Amino acid sequence: MSEGFEPKIVVFACNWCTYAAVDLAGTSRIQYPHNVRVIRVMCSGRVDPQFVLEAFNRGADGVIVAGCHPPADCHYSEGNFKAFRRFTLFRRLLDSLGIERERFKLEWISASEAGKWVQVVNEMVNDLKKLGPLREKLEVR
Amino acid sequence: MEKPKVAWYWCASCGGCEESFVDLAERLLTVFEKVDVVFMPVAMDFKKEDVEKLPDGSITVSFINGGVRLEEHEEMVKLLRRKSQIVIAYGSCSSWGGIPGLANLYNIDEVLARKYLEVPSVDNPNKILPAKRIKVKIPELQREVELELSDILPKLLPLDKVIDVEYYIPGCPPTPDVAWNALQALLSGNLPPKGSVIGASSRSLCDECPLNDTKPEEILLKDLKRPYEFIPDPEKCLLVQGLICLGPVTRGGCGALCPKANMPCTGCFGPLDNVADYGGKALSFIASIMDYSPMEEEELNKVYDKIPDWVGTLYRYYLAASKLGGRVGLAKSKLKGEVAEV
Repeated sequence: MSEGFEPKIVVFACNWCTYAAVDLAGTSRIQYPHNVRVIRVMCSGRVDPQFVLEAFNRGADGVIVAGCHPPADCHYSEGNFKAFRRFTLFRRLLDSLGIERERFKLEWISASEAGKWVQVVNEMVNDLKKLGPLREKLEVR
Repeated sequence: MEKPKVAWYWCASCGGCEESFVDLAERLLTVFEKVDVVFMPVAMDFKKEDVEKLPDGSITVSFINGGVRLEEHEEMVKLLRRKSQIVIAYGSCSSWGGIPGLANLYNIDEVLARKYLEVPSVDNPNKILPAKRIKVKIPELQREVELELSDILPKLLPLDKVIDVEYYIPGCPPTPDVAWNALQALLSGNLPPKGSVIGASSRSLCDECPLNDTKPEEILLKDLKRPYEFIPDPEKCLLVQGLICLGPVTRGGCGALCPKANMPCTGCFGPLDNVADYGGKALSFIASIMDYSPMEEEELNKVYDKIPDWVGTLYRYYLAASKLGGRVGLAKSKLKGEVAEV
């Protein structure tokens, strides 16, 4: 692990729940690490696994996909179902490709759960600081 | 007028791409009428020196098949790039790494051990592994010679990760018709923008599959099946029957050969235009039709467990070109430099 390493974390946050929770954390003045880059998407079901692969390819050390709690919170009824099906399989793929479990998370965070959002970020930042940067592992040549 | 000069070269390939050219049959004669072949290791005795002697840019088209696996390949494709106006990645291996690209899941030591020690059909009692330099005794000549092997690269690379590539001809191997279409386009000079796939379709395989009419608007699956488990109904979309057919995310052009023979598409024609990562796209599509809710995680995992190798299923021909390029954190190992005696 390199000294003073600050992991970069890309978050795909659904507009209706998680992004609102991120906002709530901000307006509630809750402190949390600055390592996250939040990308607002309309639904966790819109997040293609290709986006996550692209993020890793471009230097993200960790990625979080976050949406509304199943079964009933999704604004589009079943968008989070699709995210669940995809990222359950995607997790297996990442295992085979040597990406540690700590580097990718699928989370359900509702609009009122600013505390959970902060906790998820804190945990991932701590885990990634222990793991070190992904970049070095990607480059073999 | 001087005929255009053409070169064929192979990197890490199985010979199937050359075979596909031979499968052009009579049509091949009309190709050879129109071009001069200046380099083709599979069929003709031109050497590297012959290519070196040619002026830069004097070869009109170089067809290169196979992924870049050895330093020798890297050297040869860079040479051909310098000598050629157009370089074509011929076949899936050259385009995206193909089957040999799946070796990017392992360290070189593991790959060599598998190939030279562990495979059941290998007989290697002295456990000899390839080395950078090897001493070989030749009793008949009563002397010993030293051979130098080209070193292996830590990862297999698709051609366009090593040199600039103008066009891609997909397929494992490209079918004779696809090869023919591409040759026609090249000979006519009627070519799409650089970086395009030529010879194949721009639509998905389903578009030309005879079973497409039986594919419903929405597919939801409770189970996944593997081809050995049952004999599929030849009149019904294979996907609906639970087989992982990658037709919807794969480029057409082959004429749906596999589905016509009751086998699901494994994706050898690669991604459609504007797809960043074939495996990611394939995963997205397969997973989204699984009929399970987040409250049924255990049940869903049981279905996913039925497929023992997801990387090999989703990335069969594409792993080396994928966003991660293979397993991350591989060692930077090469061939051992020490002299082994044979």
